[in-house]
Amino acid sequence: MADSVISEIPPTMCLEKPSIDFSYVGIDAILEQMRRKAMKQGFELNIMVVGQSGLGKSTLMNTLFKSKVSRKSFMGTAEEKIPKTIEIKSVSHDIEEKGVRMKLTVIDTPGFGDQINNENCWQPIMKFINDQYEQYLQEEINIDRKKRIPDSRVHCCIYFIPPTGHCLRPLDVEFMRRLSKVVNIVPVIAKADTLTLEERDFFKKKIREELRANGIDVYPQKEFDEDAEDRMINEKIREMIPFAVVGSDQEYQVNGRRLLGRKTKWGTIEVENIAHCEFAYLRDLLIRTHMQNIKDITSSIHYEMYRVCRLNENNTQANGLADHHPASHEI
Amino acid sequence: MAAHSTVSRDCEVRLTEDQDKEYVGFATLPNQVHRKSVKKGFDFTLMVAGESGLGKSTLVNSLFLTDLYKDRKLLNAEERITQTVEITKHTVDIEEKGVKLKLTIVDTPGFGDAVNNTECWKSVADYIDQQFEQYFRDESGLNRKNIQDNRVHCCLYFISPFGHGLRPLDVEFMKALHEKVNIVPVLAKADTLTPLEVKKKKIKIREEIEQYGIKIYQFPDCDSDEDEEFKQQDQELKDSIPFAVIGSNTVVEAKGKRVRGRLYPWGIVEVENPAHCDFVKLRNMLVRTHMQDLKDVTRETHYENYRAHCIQSMTRMVVKERNRNKLTRESGTDFPIPTAPGVSDSETEKLIREKDEEVRQPPHTQTQEQECVTQECVDQECVMHDECVQESVQEECVMQEESVQEAEHCAELC
Repeated sequence: MADSVISEIPPTMCLEKPSIDFSYVGIDAILEQMRRKAMKQGFELNIMVVGQSGLGKSTLMNTLFKSKVSRKSFMGTAEEKIPKTIEIKSVSHDIEEKGVRMKLTVIDTPGFGDQINNENCWQPIMKFINDQYEQYLQEEINIDRKKRIPDSRVHCCIYFIPPTGHCLRPLDVEFMRRLSKVVNIVPVIAKADTLTLEERDFFKKKIREELRANGIDVYPQKEFDEDAEDRMINEKIREMIPFAVVGSDQEYQVNGRRLLGRKTKWGTIEVENIAHCEFAYLRDLLIRTHMQNIKDITSSIHYEMYRVCRLNENNTQANGLADHHPASHEI
Repeated sequence: MAAHSTVSRDCEVRLTEDQDKEYVGFATLPNQVHRKSVKKGFDFTLMVAGESGLGKSTLVNSLFLTDLYKDRKLLNAEERITQTVEITKHTVDIEEKGVKLKLTIVDTPGFGDAVNNTECWKSVADYIDQQFEQYFRDESGLNRKNIQDNRVHCCLYFISPFGHGLRPLDVEFMKALHEKVNIVPVLAKADTLTPLEVKKKKIKIREEIEQYGIKIYQFPDCDSDEDEEFKQQDQELKDSIPFAVIGSNTVVEAKGKRVRGRLYPWGIVEVENPAHCDFVKLRNMLVRTHMQDLKDVTRETHYENYRAHCIQSMTRMVVKERNRNKLTRESGTDFPIPTAPGVSDSETEKLIREKDEEVRQPPHTQTQEQECVTQECVDQECVMHDECVQESVQEECVMQEESVQEAEHCAELC
């Protein structure tokens, strides 16, 4: 066979362009496989909204997800409207976009900060969050585990700061201080259309200072930045929090386009216009760029911390200490 | 769409998308998940098993276009007589189009080589169990940040083309391992067979696999909404088991074409020609379409089975220890971490069953005994070596034991 040549060339060193690509194994196809799997399974997201009544929490949720995911509270008399204790109301919706299915759960906390005496109003909320962790932990240590443990852990807690324009209130500080240790907190300035741009900047600066002074680490937390690229992106975000948002689920005609907004005698506030308010930044952060990151931090950091605490607690209990039920880990 | 572009740059993109008023934006979620995985990279552990000389190393090299066995020294016949089956690991990092894969190949030199091959699969089964155990400990431990997944995701078993279907060693090996790992049977050195012989052999082997109740890796069924081409390919794949493969890492040139293959005086066997052998099918299955599924089945089925078994046997040991302590008034024995959790001799089983009966008999002392368990476990804990891991495993074990007892109690009442 004069016209054949045996050559022992390691495949990566082919000198000519062959008809078949000699050095392509195809491992990048695994991304496609993962994608298929993810699309089939769908995603879960649990967002908690916390703030006094009337700050526009439900409207903001509806605006974020462009559908009625949150029912606005019933406008009754004072006694009917404000519950005596804080309730935790959880509503789930299955939404779909471009083939991606998501089970969105909005957890509302009516009654927060509405009482005359608001001491310890964060306790039911912390208990709820810890209960979700506990439920996940129990599922995880089961002998017969489910293939995919349903994730009811709170991934993100949006805290609504009333637009006083001065500084954080003691309630805000107390709440965020405690909760930033167990869940990702995203503080927002609610109903920001009552602040002018200068007032808004001043308010934000004041809030950032106070958060720093009290050692409160809100999302994106500095210590969880993975690498330089992440840090760069997150620094830009950290310079902008808290986002000053305006929510609306009504459309108006502006310059020939129909936009979500609030119409007043002196002009129309466009919700998605970044010159008017920072809703678009919040939406991008929460949904378009950092959603997976928020979930990852919840599961790999907050949940792991809870788990370690819990396992250690169990061991000290077994060593003969008193109470069987661990207290919710209050700090 | 640049999922992580800076927020200000998103302006222009946003404007066009917002015109689509219904667009919220979470359709980017799969991309966000991608990003993390690409950064972290993937890993895959493949085991190859079969007698020497069946072309395992060549096939692995052909599959992943690497040369893993550069410095290998082959033993001659005398040296192989008393050789035991070793387990060797080779790891290689492959990167392609920005995707990093840490590939680990587990080889079993010496398998089936000795004169007496009884239980030569034992070291293989032990290795797989060890990896499960390691993962179980890591998963139950306190620091779960960087768990290394060394579990074997797939085992390519090489069947010799010279026999008449499966040989006794093949059957025993596959039966010992089919519940621990995904087995993909492969018909080696298929260039010694004509197409008709290949077809007949495949049918025979498939029949024998079913006859002996061997559970090889099953391809997942297609969704009903997949396109026809995909379904057809999937069906072809299922009909090609075992894959008749030929491996080659040499490039041969014939009539101006360069192909990877083997040169014979009577022609050239092309490795990547689907008419010549199933190499392309195997590679596509392993790497391009089913890698994720292989890992999922390992994680969700084989590992979960191991874990459930492990917890139950550990729970039983705790019960046994407790009863033994109660009877002989001994205290402070070491907590027995099972070394080979899958193996429990019949006598121990009988003892456990007797003790279980004892436990079940007096229902009014049940709760007392449950409390005693925690106390007994306390004594044992003090003597444990590796406290952190042991404690968390222990804790799970106590919780399991209580739930197992409850389950037994309930079952008894029903």
